[in-house]
Amino acid sequence: MSKILFSTDHEYVDAEGSAATIGISNYAQDQLGDIVFVELPQVGATFKKGDEFAVVESVKAASEIYAPLDFTIVEINEALEANPEQVNSDSMGAGWLIKVSLDNVDQLGDLMDEAAYSAHTS
Amino acid sequence: MSSSLSNPIKTALFDLHTAQGGRMVDFAGYFLPVQFKGLIDEHNHTRNSASLFDVSHMGQVSVSGADFATASMALETLLPGNLQNLKPGGMRYTVLLNDAGGIEDDLIVTRSDEGGRAQAQGICLSIVVNAARKTHDMELFKAALGDRLEFELHEDKSLLALQGPLAAKILANFTDAPHKLAFMQTTSSEIGSIECQISRCGYTGEDGFEISVANSSAAELAKTLYGDERVLPAGLGARDSLRLEAGLCLYGHDMNDEIDPVSANIIFAVGKKRRETGGFTGADAVISALKNGPKMLRVGVVFDGRMPVREGADIVDEADNKIGSITSGTFSPSLGSPIAMGYVPASMSESGTAITAIVRGRKISGTVSDMPFVKQNYARQPGV
Repeated sequence: MSKILFSTDHEYVDAEGSAATIGISNYAQDQLGDIVFVELPQVGATFKKGDEFAVVESVKAASEIYAPLDFTIVEINEALEANPEQVNSDSMGAGWLIKVSLDNVDQLGDLMDEAAYSAHTS
Repeated sequence: MSSSLSNPIKTALFDLHTAQGGRMVDFAGYFLPVQFKGLIDEHNHTRNSASLFDVSHMGQVSVSGADFATASMALETLLPGNLQNLKPGGMRYTVLLNDAGGIEDDLIVTRSDEGGRAQAQGICLSIVVNAARKTHDMELFKAALGDRLEFELHEDKSLLALQGPLAAKILANFTDAPHKLAFMQTTSSEIGSIECQISRCGYTGEDGFEISVANSSAAELAKTLYGDERVLPAGLGARDSLRLEAGLCLYGHDMNDEIDPVSANIIFAVGKKRRETGGFTGADAVISALKNGPKMLRVGVVFDGRMPVREGADIVDEADNKIGSITSGTFSPSLGSPIAMGYVPASMSESGTAITAIVRGRKISGTVSDMPFVKQNYARQPGV
């Protein structure tokens, strides 16, 4: 069973074994405002925890998105090219950013569960 | 009055903004809402209906002197706009220059309306200046003309902007001002029992009004206007995307004290006759820039794709040499494309010229485009 975890930088990680879907939290999309462009990495690219892997742009500003753990990109959400506003309308669903293979599942232990994240953002 | 970044000034509408869900930010030393429900919704509502903006951070300066003729003649020794030929209640966009022709600020100068409250107080003209330049401008005004005119900065006044195609119709339910004013005209007025100064102008490209009112009455005035349910609040975010679509410059970004009005492509801020006769601060530099032509020119650019190209992005030639830069840029909600303003060599300033900008190491193609990007919708005649 998968469990959704959150980073202090407002990414979520929905992991099942070493396969995970990563996006930005509902709180993050609300803070960013109307999203008009999402720049995603190439499939096959690898990132270490803390690396910038994507840029989400609202009308107002560009925001870098940082890897919450080490991973290799398996799939990117190509639908966001034409419909970046999906990140606003459904950040935890249709607005996902990347699917990845985790290099080290132990790093999941560094993330927060929903209750802890909720306290972090309140 | 100045403020530190850690202690921004609350405008008279602060409590109303927070009650309306405004996301407050520090802008030029003022707490102002960057957005309420959402920037794009607020942008589109302004293009389609009417939005209310709090622009109380802008500096409202009054100029007093013996009479209008004396005061406007004196002011023309500093400012390059045609001011002496302003009609009562007339308004003019102009600039404050330094000796090298660089733009110290851009301004709206208004001649007091005949029989209005300002005139009764001995005020001949009023000047609206940028928030971040208030103190600086006041020093320049007083240094140049303090012995002939009296300048006063009115921190006791708020400024509310009602903007959009329905602004006139809505405002006409409260005052006859829309029936008296065309674009760039002002009148003393009352809304309910609230005394205010209503000017038909704005910074969105739409028809609209800026209403100057005492801080003590500002919230009541805003609530009165919100009594019309078509009026919705809009924040600084929408104000910026709207002004960019309208091709309007933002001081400190699209122009500064090292850029002259010829290069900034706002030579209309310098009166036609005055481009020959001079007699204002920076005149020699402006006249010479007109004669020699600008090296760099501010242009509008529409970029391909969806990635916004923002302030600070380099513009490069085919060999990747930097030849210019972007000074403002966003994603245009009305056009569905990235739009920007920036400076390019004059030889590349013609509409249709292909240019390349660099964003995060990537080359983005764009085309120099006429401004405004979105048609301006000003009221050339009084009425609704």
